[in-house]
Amino acid sequence: MSILLAILVNQVSLIVIRAFDTPNDGGKSITIQFDVPSQLPTDVLILERTEEGGEPAIIATLNPNETSYIDEGVVDTKRYQYRFASVKGTDTLWSETTGWVKSSPQFFNWARVNILVAMLIFFALVIYFIEHAKAGRHLFVRRIAGLDAVEEAVGRATEMGKPIVYVPGLGSVADIATIASLNILGEVAKKTAQYDSALLVPNRDPIVYTVAREVVKEAYTKAGRPDAFKPDNIFYVTSEQFAYAAAVDGLMVREKPATNFFLGTFWAESLILAETGATTGAIQIAGTDSVFQLPFFITACDYTLIGEELYAASAYLSREPLLLGSLKGQDFGKLLIMVIIIIGSALLLLSKIPTLKFFSQIINFFNVS
Amino acid sequence: MRRTLPLAICLGMGIVMMCQFFIPHPVSVSFYDLTTKWIRIVSAFALVLGVGSLILYHIDRLQRKRTGWGYSIVTLVALVITALIGLIWGVKPGSPLQEVLFKNILVPLNSSMFAILAFYMASAAYRAFRARTKEAALLLIAAFVVMIGMVPVGAAIWGKLPELAEWVLSVPNMAAKRGILFGVALGAIATSLKVILGIERGWLGGGKG
Repeated sequence: MSILLAILVNQVSLIVIRAFDTPNDGGKSITIQFDVPSQLPTDVLILERTEEGGEPAIIATLNPNETSYIDEGVVDTKRYQYRFASVKGTDTLWSETTGWVKSSPQFFNWARVNILVAMLIFFALVIYFIEHAKAGRHLFVRRIAGLDAVEEAVGRATEMGKPIVYVPGLGSVADIATIASLNILGEVAKKTAQYDSALLVPNRDPIVYTVAREVVKEAYTKAGRPDAFKPDNIFYVTSEQFAYAAAVDGLMVREKPATNFFLGTFWAESLILAETGATTGAIQIAGTDSVFQLPFFITACDYTLIGEELYAASAYLSREPLLLGSLKGQDFGKLLIMVIIIIGSALLLLSKIPTLKFFSQIINFFNVS
Repeated sequence: MRRTLPLAICLGMGIVMMCQFFIPHPVSVSFYDLTTKWIRIVSAFALVLGVGSLILYHIDRLQRKRTGWGYSIVTLVALVITALIGLIWGVKPGSPLQEVLFKNILVPLNSSMFAILAFYMASAAYRAFRARTKEAALLLIAAFVVMIGMVPVGAAIWGKLPELAEWVLSVPNMAAKRGILFGVALGAIATSLKVILGIERGWLGGGKG
């Protein structure tokens, strides 16, 4: 026992404890960091908190290998002190008590400053190219086969006298892919109005349904065919995922559409929809931002818009200079990311050389909290 | 005004929500919580419109005796019965809505639909893995390695096969996936920016520009 006590007494000065307001948070939290020497025999660590004007209380029991604890049971206006003890059998060795500390909410999350920088650079790129387009300069956009086929697909439906089924995905209106899909729906609806084809839009989300109906109505009005707009062709089905898939499958089997569009957010039902559509003999154009559903669409559909092509579609179809400008900004954003990846990879490789070890810190800047 | 007001709300809320992401202060967090509650309320009202659309669509099908009109009767009867059961007995656990409709009808039907997916996957895989081109042959080989490597027999054939399968998934597959994800992320940001700035107005039912 005396030997143990001697060890404990000798090591006490080596125990470090630090308490501070947790950074980048909404308050009500204090972080306590401690460093227990590995030589110190310890079964458990106990953490004690003292509120200003209050009694000390044990708030946590920790493993000896832990080095920090976040106390989320504090009040922002009050001050607290902490100390912890190393417990070995019946022996308890207390650390020194920290100074008074209080928590407060922060107005800026500095751990996300990297996102802010990236966002500002990207916004600047997009706005620059929009201004570039406004000035009337030509912007080259590569061909996207799936979007070139839209005209042909609508024309085919007209020739065959069969309807077009447009599925705006299963996502809500809060999903960007759904917004992109609704933008494409406007362009497709304009073409169906011009060609006088029937356009069926089954919806899974009631808000998407109301927006889709307005989008199609507006497109028909713009195309000079408001009389051809049939509000019943844009309808709500159900919000149940597989019930929706079954309903759309039934619709495709009964109506035998000439063309199916599956554009937006999709989950496990993507292949059920695409395979059923393929068996009915329809031309199928699909697009999603989900990397998990893309292989299914590529396999079962004639054309697939992969990832960003879905977002580019409305600009591509409308050829509006302002939208094309933003598309160009997007491309340069990707170029920038590629350059950063190449340079970053090279520097990280160089960091393996001992004298250039500091390059390994680069990766920290890209960590997102 | 019909266009300007929604665009102004979109611009204001877009900027505020962007800032909210960087502000951990409780005021900012409670504002975010409040807006998510608004979304739920708006969704509840939109559901009324949705159900109205569903009823009108199926009544129209019945009146015009369109192909498969019998299914419309099933849909409308199911809708009325579900609504009545929910209104009379409530939606609590143990209620007929939960026990009969949800557990004994909806869940098995959903499971059946999900099970059908396995057959669709088999037929899609058959078409995808026909080695008609060099790329398709490469896909076939990669898929074969991954599938065999993921089952115990793969390790029995050759001990390194699971590692090879893991490498295919975590290196070339992941590289392609990340390439797509970069494009998706930038596309989503650009679309958001266009919507916030009012350049893209398709969601309003209006034109562009």
